[in-house]
Amino acid sequence: MDTFSLNTLSVGHSAQVAQVCAAAAMRRRLMDIGLIPGAQVTCVAKSPSGDPAAYLICGAVIALRSADAAEIQVQPSPAAELQPALA
Amino acid sequence: MGLTKTSTGAGAAGLRPAPLNPGPQDRVIALAGNPNVGKSTIFNALTGLRQHTGNWPGKTVATAQGRCVHRGCAYILVDLPGTYSLMPHSAEEEVARDFLCFGGADGAVVVCDATCLERNLNLVLQTLELEPRAVICVNLLDEAEQKGIQIDLAALAKRLGAPVVGTKAGRGEGLDALMDAATALADAPQPPVPVPVHYPVAIEEAAARLGPLLRQRLAGRLPERWLALRLLEPDKALLDALTQALNWDPRTDLQVQDALTEAWEGLKAAGFNPGTLEDSIAAALVRTAESICRAAVRHTHPDSQSRDRKLDRLLTSRRTGVPLMLLLLAGIFWLTIQGANYPSELLSKGLFWVQERLSALFAACNAPSWLHGALVLGVYRVLAWVVSVMLPPMAIFFPIFTLLEDFGYLPRVAFVLDHAFQKAKACGKQCLSMCMGFGCNAAGVVGCRIIDSPRERLIAILTNSFVPCNGRFPTLIAIITMFFAGTQGGIWRSLLSAILLTGVILLGVFMTFWTSRLLSGTLLKGVPSSFVLELPPYRRPRIRQVIVRSVLDRTLFVLGRAAAVAAPAGLVIWLCANLSVGGMSLLCWCTRFLEPLGHLLGLDGAILAAFLLGFPANEIVVPILIMTYLATGTLQDMGDLNALHQLLVSHGWTWLTAVCTLLFSMFHWPCSTTCITIAKETRSVKWTLLAVLLPTASGMLLCAATAFAARLLGLAPW
Repeated sequence: MDTFSLNTLSVGHSAQVAQVCAAAAMRRRLMDIGLIPGAQVTCVAKSPSGDPAAYLICGAVIALRSADAAEIQVQPSPAAELQPALA
Repeated sequence: MGLTKTSTGAGAAGLRPAPLNPGPQDRVIALAGNPNVGKSTIFNALTGLRQHTGNWPGKTVATAQGRCVHRGCAYILVDLPGTYSLMPHSAEEEVARDFLCFGGADGAVVVCDATCLERNLNLVLQTLELEPRAVICVNLLDEAEQKGIQIDLAALAKRLGAPVVGTKAGRGEGLDALMDAATALADAPQPPVPVPVHYPVAIEEAAARLGPLLRQRLAGRLPERWLALRLLEPDKALLDALTQALNWDPRTDLQVQDALTEAWEGLKAAGFNPGTLEDSIAAALVRTAESICRAAVRHTHPDSQSRDRKLDRLLTSRRTGVPLMLLLLAGIFWLTIQGANYPSELLSKGLFWVQERLSALFAACNAPSWLHGALVLGVYRVLAWVVSVMLPPMAIFFPIFTLLEDFGYLPRVAFVLDHAFQKAKACGKQCLSMCMGFGCNAAGVVGCRIIDSPRERLIAILTNSFVPCNGRFPTLIAIITMFFAGTQGGIWRSLLSAILLTGVILLGVFMTFWTSRLLSGTLLKGVPSSFVLELPPYRRPRIRQVIVRSVLDRTLFVLGRAAAVAAPAGLVIWLCANLSVGGMSLLCWCTRFLEPLGHLLGLDGAILAAFLLGFPANEIVVPILIMTYLATGTLQDMGDLNALHQLLVSHGWTWLTAVCTLLFSMFHWPCSTTCITIAKETRSVKWTLLAVLLPTASGMLLCAATAFAARLLGLAPW
């Protein structure tokens, strides 16, 4: 399946994490907050400049800078239609 | 703005828990949990202490401990810093893990946020592996109910194999049950056996291979399964801590090393390598949390977050985010200025009436005039100024700011401003420490601990005093009101003051960005590190509590500190103004000496002397200035700002003096408390000196440039 970077996800859209490519420390931190392969992510807001953006992960809203989100590969969510549109 | 004795006083620099000295009957309970789940609220409710609470992650930057008595038994509660995990990536996580490992706790309480239980369970599972005597406290059940989230506590307890208690700590509900559960757990002869997390088979086999060896060596001091998993990918900090605490170093234990080599052979055969092992362990924890939640949590309204998302869009979007932020800031200032007007006047009238009565009393007792001068004109008058000018704005500004903080707005400000910090190659969380600086720069400097990267933390510490603390607000407000908005009331005047003050604050924020950028490009070169900022759910501010707490805890504490400094300072200044050497008072010598430099900066010698003598606390700069002028002047009635305005003008103040005093008040050396705190936090004289030098140099340059330009253009006399 085609994957794309999380930072290209637009507000209101959901995707499923395919791979977390960040360097070790950041990868671990992202996993601690629930970003593991298979997890659902929804982009819920972008700051005035578009960077950082806020993502709904495991029921919590987390802000990530574009450079960090670019290292997370996501794929279209199979359960997208079941996810309520949150934004 | 965590302004308490611990955050600004001598205890400010202690991140590690102070050594416990429990009595023989005392039980030690550690409070762990994700950031911003209400741990501090529970801690305060149980111990009666006043840890600062507010709706943003990372408030508790130092571990606090307190005593609590429950059903006749004494407990020592240790409030650990909020963490997402026990695999240490930051100082907080290391502190939390080390305390659970070696702190000598009899049990732990893991506090969870019921509104996002799944994420919180990750830490719960990790804690249970390390400390089986743990009670799981599902807090914020009231918020979860509002959002239509139902949690089956019994199912959760069964799935975890640990006691679960539901609480609504904001209302004090469930805390007795929580302490009962903790007591039962600490008293139980055998700890409960939590349901283990299932890792991939190869990892389980590797852990099992190490288990028996470790069991012999640990003798029950740590769970062997937990240590086995950690040793597969050891970090130096843990190994050092083990060596120190257990007097056993796994690195030199050959049997353990052999078993580790064997375990790794098995792991490699199964396709693991050091990079993927940690990922795989982390993923297993997240999946276990997910499956537990599927059994225990039910969402009745699928769009429970829609209100928060609407607010987020309003407060952070491109069109409305920044304008609303500025409007809010100006609005708070307007309320503060407009609201403080009348009580300030009333207070100063009252306090100066008392001064007259005091003078009459001294005269009636035939007290010598030097005694009257030192105590009434020195100590009392400075105190009266500090109280009448500082108390009303603080009593209005603090509660409003705290309400916003409680609501959850501060992380949104950090979110909106992050891009600017990113451009300055600094951390977006610097915004939070900057906001704390509005309360007290010393507290802001301590707050910089929420920033993980040492480089970015230093930048935040060095630039913290670029935003004015509450000690400087009254000076700024007074000068703006007197010189630029007029002293005669009226809503339009106070509105103008508020707008001008907002502009001055924005200049401070801009200087913060600019200096951060400068530091990133020169002394503290580097690329911005990754950062993760949680935007917590909005919470209805607890208005009554906020007002009571912010008035009692913060306002009175800050005022008390200011008064404690102002009273002796008043005495010293009175002495300086009245002790003569060679026919001139000490203060006169001092101001004469500083006059040329003061003039160059658009100020005068007295203003510069006041800032120098105000080093103990910024609050006393204006009183010192008044005393200096009064020592050579004749004006006696200092009832209101009009009189002060006259006094200043009669001493040669022009609009330029006012502008330069504003600028210098914004940018000069940090106060003594802040300097001590910076020295403690950076553990370096060099960085502390730089923290003094940076704002001082910026202020001097700005003032000199302004004065030069104004004089060159003929707008002010040379």
